[in-house]
Amino acid sequence: MSTHTHHGHDHSHDGHEHEGMLEDVELSERARRVLAMEELLAEKGVIDRSEVQRLIDFQGARSPVDGARVVARAWSDPDYKRRLLADPEAALLELGYPLVGSAKLAVLENTDAVHHLVVCTLCSCYPTSLLGLPPDWYKSFAYRSRAVVNPRGVMREFGLDVDSDVEVRVVDSTADLRYLVLPQRPEGTEGLSEEELVALVTRDSMIGVGVALAPVG
Amino acid sequence: MARFQPGDLVQVRDAQQGTHHRTPAYIKGRMGRVHALSGLYPNPETLAYGADGMPERDLYLVAFDMKDLWGERFDGPAGDTLLVDIYEHWLEPASDGGTA
Repeated sequence: MSTHTHHGHDHSHDGHEHEGMLEDVELSERARRVLAMEELLAEKGVIDRSEVQRLIDFQGARSPVDGARVVARAWSDPDYKRRLLADPEAALLELGYPLVGSAKLAVLENTDAVHHLVVCTLCSCYPTSLLGLPPDWYKSFAYRSRAVVNPRGVMREFGLDVDSDVEVRVVDSTADLRYLVLPQRPEGTEGLSEEELVALVTRDSMIGVGVALAPVG
Repeated sequence: MARFQPGDLVQVRDAQQGTHHRTPAYIKGRMGRVHALSGLYPNPETLAYGADGMPERDLYLVAFDMKDLWGERFDGPAGDTLLVDIYEHWLEPASDGGTA
């Protein structure tokens, strides 16, 4: 996805801007097609532009830091972790994170015995309600096709070598259920506050191509 | 009432379907084991064409053994698994004596 500066802000082409504002911007064929479809759907009253904008704003307001807050809370509070695993939607709401759209969310807990890796081979299903938009590589054909055949090789390319005595579970997210990986709490973090823990939780660790960062010092 | 329970051996229907569906081709015809029940969801195959997706379908997380699935192409350790979301109407009961 290309970006340009618009009124001083970095701005993504999500196909939601009026064509008139994009005259001086080079759009990919796909972006032009999306814009044309949006124009038509709005014209025919199938979609409501303000609703589209509201969803874009909502996703844009989310980032991996939001997921990191959930993970850090689960690490700090065993009762919260239990609620998060048993009823993710309610547990996310406790922290002010409603899910939007029809997709639900499930949490996959990494342990000493099991490491989860999430992929969507059919498209790019991702827990955007919590983590915002997925990274570009998550949508790539290479990641989507290789993660299910050679997950350990893919993870090594991200710098993660999972021990052979740990079961790797790849989860192909093909339906209306989104997956959040709950990474393991790093060793040596016993004395850290919840806020300090948040900084250790990376986006990649919540997809499963990475683990949480070790504390500095 | 869900047709399958965790631990049940199942086979993914090996069907070609020219219309929208959410069963990846690489898993069709393969045997796996029900890992978890994920609840009821509107059927994406009708939802995709403007219908209401009713009746809802049970969704399962089905586990496939990596070695079994990919053979020589998989060079990881035995015990690694792949879990895939599959709707109930794409699953058939299977037995250990069935063809993998």
